[in-house]
Amino acid sequence: MAVSRPRAGLRLPGAEAAMTKGLVVTYLSLIVLIPLAAIAAKAFSAGPAEFWDTITQPQAIAALKLTAICSLIVVLINAVMGTLIAWVLVRDDFPGKAIVNSVIDLPFALPTIVASLTLLTLYGNDSFLGIHAAYTRFAVIIALLFVTLPFVVRAVQPLLLSLDRDMESAAESLGAGKVRIFTRIILPNLLPGIAAGVALAFARALGEFGALVLISGNVPYKTEVASVFIRGQIESDQVVGAAAVSVVLLVFSMCMLAFVNLIQKWGLRHDR
Amino acid sequence: MTETTDELPIESHGIEVRDVNKDFGDFQALRDVNLIVPDGSMTALLGPSGSGKSTLLRTIAGLEVPTSGQVFIGGEDQARKPVRTRNVGFVFQHYAAFKHMTVFDNIAFGLKVRKKNRSEIEERVNELIDLVQLTGLAKRYPSQLSGGQRQRMALARALAVEPSVLLLDEPFGALDAKVRKDLRTWLRRLHDEVHVTTIFVTHDQEEAMDIAEQIVVMNGGRIEQTGSATDLYDQPANEFVMGFVGEVNSLGGRLVRPHDTEILPVRSPDSVEVEIDRVVRLGFSGRVEMLTVPDKQEVWAQLTRSELETLNLESGSTAYVRPRPDALTRKDTGALDGTFREVSPDIHRPTYAGPELPV
Repeated sequence: MAVSRPRAGLRLPGAEAAMTKGLVVTYLSLIVLIPLAAIAAKAFSAGPAEFWDTITQPQAIAALKLTAICSLIVVLINAVMGTLIAWVLVRDDFPGKAIVNSVIDLPFALPTIVASLTLLTLYGNDSFLGIHAAYTRFAVIIALLFVTLPFVVRAVQPLLLSLDRDMESAAESLGAGKVRIFTRIILPNLLPGIAAGVALAFARALGEFGALVLISGNVPYKTEVASVFIRGQIESDQVVGAAAVSVVLLVFSMCMLAFVNLIQKWGLRHDR
Repeated sequence: MTETTDELPIESHGIEVRDVNKDFGDFQALRDVNLIVPDGSMTALLGPSGSGKSTLLRTIAGLEVPTSGQVFIGGEDQARKPVRTRNVGFVFQHYAAFKHMTVFDNIAFGLKVRKKNRSEIEERVNELIDLVQLTGLAKRYPSQLSGGQRQRMALARALAVEPSVLLLDEPFGALDAKVRKDLRTWLRRLHDEVHVTTIFVTHDQEEAMDIAEQIVVMNGGRIEQTGSATDLYDQPANEFVMGFVGEVNSLGGRLVRPHDTEILPVRSPDSVEVEIDRVVRLGFSGRVEMLTVPDKQEVWAQLTRSELETLNLESGSTAYVRPRPDALTRKDTGALDGTFREVSPDIHRPTYAGPELPV
């Protein structure tokens, strides 16, 4: 996620460089910037007062609050569990490790509506486990944990893999115990990866729709997340309202990205 | 081979290794190793890769636990104690710098573990930074240092905790030739100043002979010979030591040093027929490169200028070589052929079973 300054390596000559740069900018504009600008314009089309009124209506606030809080809980759990899973996959050896490793990506590869349906079978009213967790906030968190599982694992794994183990031996020879070696030597080197994984997981959790639409039950003020609320707005022809809430989600996302970028910069301060 | 007794180690022995064996599964990395390293001395473990020299060093450090045997450090058997209680300084070939910490914090690490107070840490670290000539670089990160600087930082980090022994695993192996040479001279001078019992691993016989008082030649997990550079060169215990420490020719089933190789214009009973390949005159002395007839093995002789002039050799001509009458020779059983075992089980590398990951 951190942008590196160009060092040595292949560079295109003047004219081609200008052309490729132009192509990249145009492409990004078409695919990313223009749609984002359009949604922002739509959100403010009735003026800032209307925008404010829309996003402060109780149902919108409830949906945004639920989304933000659930997402935060989910990424915190992910930061810990994702690091742990990566650790086990890299440092431990057990039969079936390759299978476990490929299972990690499954939630990501699975169509989200299928995920939702799976969770519904498991936790819904016809649950064969007898657990009736559907239509609760707990279900929202479970669904989000499911779809965001791979992000931290996949961001931490390569860092852990390339970590110089002699560093740990050196720390040990200097008298450090296991806890100190983990917190002072290993963790600081994994932090940029954890941060990157958290950023992606948070963005995913904020906007998740498919995995939640069946299992959360979409009860206003209770289990209705922002993305479902936005769909509701569209369905009742409140396009401006939908755009306004979308812009708020966008701002959340950008704040998180900026925060994570700071952590990464700090974590990689020694690598410039 | 080192003599050992069943008595308790003598106090003044910095390190004593007794009957140590180490197996990695079916692979015997160390076999019946016995070694005494005198207090305050500098010892080199010399051998080809896979000879067990690094394993021996790591066993002394506590990074490996021997399958059997004892390791005395300061008169106490520490073979089964963890590395962190042994008070050894360890320096790795690839520096093992804490890359997320500044030079200062790297060196201070061991002192912080020992809960020294801040002013004490600061004083000691600054002292060490001066000692290893990194003055002014305290706030740098390892990535901003050269290889030589990184290794000196690693040395300061190891010395910070005032270790009872200093162990270096191919400390100059990752550096280029010039830096290597400077750093080893510097290490010798540092040792003369600090006097900590030091063992270093190397596969470079010149490096070992240059700075170590005692050289331990290892091969196939065994110690072949222990002694000073002169001992090893003049009285090699066997053909392996002879071949590994210094140059050798194989002449009619005997190993002989090039300066003990005599060239004759006519055949004699113990000579080997050769074809002169090249005559190199190097000022006072000279080198004659030859190929044996008929099996075309390379042989060379070191001669003085007057000998060269007397012989008046030309490339392409035929001559006869034999060991000088008083030459040191060892029987050539072919142990040097093909040469040294390149067995080095990669046991310290991480394992990862999954698919390749984008980095």
